[in-house]
Amino acid sequence: MNHWHFILGAYGVTVLLLIVEVVALRARRRNAVAAAQASIENLPTP
Amino acid sequence: MALNWTRYASPASFHPLAGKLIPWFGWGAAVLAAIGLWLGFAVAPTDFQQGEVYRIIFIHVPSAWMSMFLYVVMAFWGALLLAFNTRLSGMMAQAIAPTGALMTFLALWTGALWGRPTWGTYWAWDARMTSELILLFLYLGIIALRQAIGEARRADRACAVLSLVGVVNIPIIYYSVQWWNTLHQGASVKPTGSSMEATMLWGMLVMSFAFWFYAIAVVLSRVRSIMLERERSAAWVAALPEVGSAR
Repeated sequence: MNHWHFILGAYGVTVLLLIVEVVALRARRRNAVAAAQASIENLPTP
Repeated sequence: MALNWTRYASPASFHPLAGKLIPWFGWGAAVLAAIGLWLGFAVAPTDFQQGEVYRIIFIHVPSAWMSMFLYVVMAFWGALLLAFNTRLSGMMAQAIAPTGALMTFLALWTGALWGRPTWGTYWAWDARMTSELILLFLYLGIIALRQAIGEARRADRACAVLSLVGVVNIPIIYYSVQWWNTLHQGASVKPTGSSMEATMLWGMLVMSFAFWFYAIAVVLSRVRSIMLERERSAAWVAALPEVGSAR
């Protein structure tokens, strides 16, 4: 009664989804910074 | 010296604080997960009834606890928003929802993979599993509602109301195994003590703290992006080193 394939399925999907979340967050941060930079570039210079 | 908490209700003050906290919680989560997995796979003994498959507990229980805890925290920020109309409250609630949905999905997924070898089925419409599935739909509903409303402040208020209505589901999840006759087992860890073997319990508790630290790190990271997205034209955003360098 070892069922290691169930353990692998549980841990594998968990680790995969946590990595996907972190990668998506880093991409979102890059996009947010780029959008903010573009926004202030369009402001009139004093 | 008393700490002035209201100072951090401003995104301009909270953004740098969150940036400082993220590495601590992120690396803390990694270290705790390493210790928790070592306890769970190398120290904790094989269960005499379930064999090795019980080791799914070290991610199933923490993700299930986090799914409920994050919902309560999200509803708390929603209540703060409705009471005080602070900008940070709506942003925090928005940042928590995706991680809460992920934790709920992981609780259901790991539970299904544990249930098949121990109960003989991936899924049963019992009270604990059904109420946890409703929690996932609540999270997805809140995310969808936000997407459907274009203006951020209106979306904040609508999501706050929905999250406060949905918080009634949390005690239903928690007490479902007592109120109804469920396939899901009762709580092994109670305020009065635990029925688990000590190393199993420690592995589960350390992994719970790892999930907690992970959730804090990703929510803080997401809320920093939300702040930039919503306030991209604000003076404090232009003054940020990573943004202002473009000028």
